[in-house]
Amino acid sequence: MSNNEQTNSHSHFPWSHLIGFGLSIVLTLLALWVGFASDFSFRTIMIIVVILALIQAAIQLLMFMHITESDSSRIQVGTILYAVFIAVAIVAGTIWVMSFGMHNMNM
Amino acid sequence: MESVEYSPNTPLEYQSETGRLNILGFWIFLGAEIALFSTLFATYLVLVGRTAGGPGPEELFEISGVLIETFLLLTSSFTCGLAIHYMRNHSLKGVFLWIGVTLALGLGFLGFEIYEFVHYIHEGAALTTSAYWSGFFVLVGTHGAHVTMGIAWISLILIQLKQRGLTPDTTRKVFISSLYWHFLDVVWIFIFTAVYLYGMVM
Amino acid sequence: MKLDEFFVTGDPLIYGADVSIALTMIGAIFVLTYFKKWKWLWTEWLTTVDHKKLGVMYIIAAVLMLFRGGVDALLMRAQLTVPDSSFLDANHYNEIFTTHGTIMIIFMAMPFLIGLINVVVPLQIGARDVAYPFLNAVSFWTFFMGAMLFNISFVIGGSPSAGWTSYVPLAGLELSPGVGQNYYLLGLQIAGIGTLLTGINFLVTILKMRVPSMKLMQMPMFTWSSLITMVIIIFAFPVLTVALALMTFDRLFGSHFFTMMDGGMPMLWANLFWIWGHPEVYIVILPAFGMFSEIISTFARKTLFGYKAMVYSMVVIAGLSFLVWVHHFFTMGAGGAVNSFFSITTMLIAVPTGVKIFNWLFTLYKGRIRFTTAMLWSLAFIPNFVIGGVTGVMLAMAAADYQYHNTYFLVAHFHYVLISGTVYACFAGLYFWYPKMFNHRLNERLGKWSFWIFVAGFNLCFFPMYFLGLAGMPRRIYTYGIGDGWMSLNVLATFGGVLMGIGFLILVYNIYYSFRYSPRETTGDPWDARTLEWSTPAPVPHYNFAHLPEAKGHDAFWIMKEEKKQGKAPEKKPYKPIHMPSYSGVPIIMSVFFFTAGFGMVFSWHWMSILGLVGVLATMVIRSFDYDKGFYVSVEEIEETEKKTTL
Repeated sequence: MSNNEQTNSHSHFPWSHLIGFGLSIVLTLLALWVGFASDFSFRTIMIIVVILALIQAAIQLLMFMHITESDSSRIQVGTILYAVFIAVAIVAGTIWVMSFGMHNMNM
Repeated sequence: MESVEYSPNTPLEYQSETGRLNILGFWIFLGAEIALFSTLFATYLVLVGRTAGGPGPEELFEISGVLIETFLLLTSSFTCGLAIHYMRNHSLKGVFLWIGVTLALGLGFLGFEIYEFVHYIHEGAALTTSAYWSGFFVLVGTHGAHVTMGIAWISLILIQLKQRGLTPDTTRKVFISSLYWHFLDVVWIFIFTAVYLYGMVM
Repeated sequence: MKLDEFFVTGDPLIYGADVSIALTMIGAIFVLTYFKKWKWLWTEWLTTVDHKKLGVMYIIAAVLMLFRGGVDALLMRAQLTVPDSSFLDANHYNEIFTTHGTIMIIFMAMPFLIGLINVVVPLQIGARDVAYPFLNAVSFWTFFMGAMLFNISFVIGGSPSAGWTSYVPLAGLELSPGVGQNYYLLGLQIAGIGTLLTGINFLVTILKMRVPSMKLMQMPMFTWSSLITMVIIIFAFPVLTVALALMTFDRLFGSHFFTMMDGGMPMLWANLFWIWGHPEVYIVILPAFGMFSEIISTFARKTLFGYKAMVYSMVVIAGLSFLVWVHHFFTMGAGGAVNSFFSITTMLIAVPTGVKIFNWLFTLYKGRIRFTTAMLWSLAFIPNFVIGGVTGVMLAMAAADYQYHNTYFLVAHFHYVLISGTVYACFAGLYFWYPKMFNHRLNERLGKWSFWIFVAGFNLCFFPMYFLGLAGMPRRIYTYGIGDGWMSLNVLATFGGVLMGIGFLILVYNIYYSFRYSPRETTGDPWDARTLEWSTPAPVPHYNFAHLPEAKGHDAFWIMKEEKKQGKAPEKKPYKPIHMPSYSGVPIIMSVFFFTAGFGMVFSWHWMSILGLVGVLATMVIRSFDYDKGFYVSVEEIEETEKKTTL
């Protein structure tokens, strides 16, 4: 029980939520700027915005969802990390495997 | 089995065996949801460009509407976090206030999304138009259906909160539904990136 | 829709099925009414949340499905025995191999294993129930209703006929316009919900409900294999959910995911199907590995060799199982790089499996082996599974696969791994844990007859198929010509199939015979076994353990027995009230609504699907407002029960 960090003693102002919210807005605007106002190549843009999205997801998990707070935090973090591995396998794998048909895209 | 002593600092939702098990179980369910949405993203991404001569995303996507939806959902995720913060300070009023705001923002998001869908269908891009739009509507629509479910579910929990106040049972339910709500925002971040940014920058 | 389109007509086999279904139902209703068992059925079984009873119901359903799938198999063998046979027409044959495959994988193998997991795993870890008993009942009933929805297809509306893999465009609206394919999509979808919930439920159960003294690395191997299986279920089943939903949208709502027109990608279906499908193979094989580990260790009277190697090899399998799926469609032509990558990962996954084979062999080495029926199944598994595995590595080579693809070589391979792996394990586990479930053993003499006949039949049936495949016989053909030269081997295979059927019938007779004549158990430990489930008395009380047992290492029960022999009897502690969950009728009612919604969607009767879905939601709301906290078993009741039990 003792490692429940997010406890009632935090009765003061919810700073971590506010910081998380601020960071989310900044990251969204940054992604927007990279997408529309920067002159990176298309590939670079996509890499950057995907990284920004991953950071933002991590902020949600850590600062809003308190993934690390309970007794079972190791299982919770392990589940999400394994899910990320599966997500990469499914998305990257599918795009790679199905890319054989890309030459007749506009059928 | 419930004879364990809890430190007064342990949040209510962790003070019962059921609470701890259900919260862990819900995290694992979110792992399964990640696999589900990954499959939808993979499907969408391989179907990009397969518009069969019909309209494409670059003609229809508009940044302003998407940004409004994004900020509505982002803010609702923040206010939902505030509700949990007040719940842990035993402020039932705070919980009602911030969950109320969260639901209102969620409804706003849904409204804009429905408007967006209707607009696309009006412009000749529907589920049946082409593979690309099938992928778009099912991916974004599945997220929207999740938001709808979330609003209905959280409303039911509010009724129980009204009936019973803050107990280990009701706080558990509020906490789990908050995990769900935050998770929907995480999914939206990737929809914003992989669907809208990708579609408009391309 | 006219009535003669609604009911399948015009085939004597189907009329026979109609009659037998009607007679079975009338019979069941008559028996229940005559013996006044309706209330008993409802309060003791249909509303139960007890993992042991749910496990038994899973196994009964699985044995029924094994019968149905087995009849399908024998009909196929009958058709293929001689060239140019006209026993079945082409479409009927297609329907039968489709339902055979789907039923055997989804509605036989999985529920059989999940049933045994339900009965055994909580007992093995010293738990009084699973983490979410209510959800466990939802799991069972959604599986059951999904299975029923799929099964009624052959008398109402027509069966699916595009193969259990349902490749498009064959399974698409143009080439499969009937409702059969809809049955496939919705039956699997509903059953899949149950499987996902089982995954979450048992993962949390194994991780959080163990007796506090049992460390992860002291868990019995069957529990370990179940844990890894649940991880695979949790991440694989959502993919199936999506794939099925997308095809449902294509067929019912006109989307274009897998269509030939408007940009759809038919091969995307194969891709998504096998992202789920390959992990699914490990879902049905890993629990089998776990059971063989327990049984071999018990009857070799040795602790399992290489415990850690077993665990780590399963962890590796869980990761790799998500990286091999393309080997099911090397011939799609995804290119050299893709095929090479998936060829290598496929060969890699054979390594941990090989490690496990050696561990079993070393467990047997210098063991004092008792040849019980359960042990015989486990011993037969090793050589037969190796044949299946080695031919699997042959198929893993992408270039060579172009030769084997879609031939009987493949059919022989996957029956060798699935039957000698999963089915042998189901039988072995049934014989092994039967006394835990029903308080008497299955007869060993009949068991050995059934074993030898089935195993001989199996090898006779499927070994020739390797050579039929190499001789060029494609799978899924409904007949062949006299000039093809495939007849002698096919006759052999049919003969083997009949023997397997006889072996199965002897098993069923054995269940009846043992119920009548087998002596009742006097101890909870008929096999002198090693793990905690055998420390429970006979019959197992509904709360499992009056006192939570203590795990002092691997083979916790074995250690307890050794200590007892040395005179270190555990001190008698007073009983405390035990908290147990209440039974509930909500799961079965919710599943009936799922069935209603599914049936409505099969026929595109939208009022019915909406009614069903509203019902599902309503039962969920009822559940949400239900604050039933279960009940306490009183100390008096525990004392009473423990006096009656025989330990």
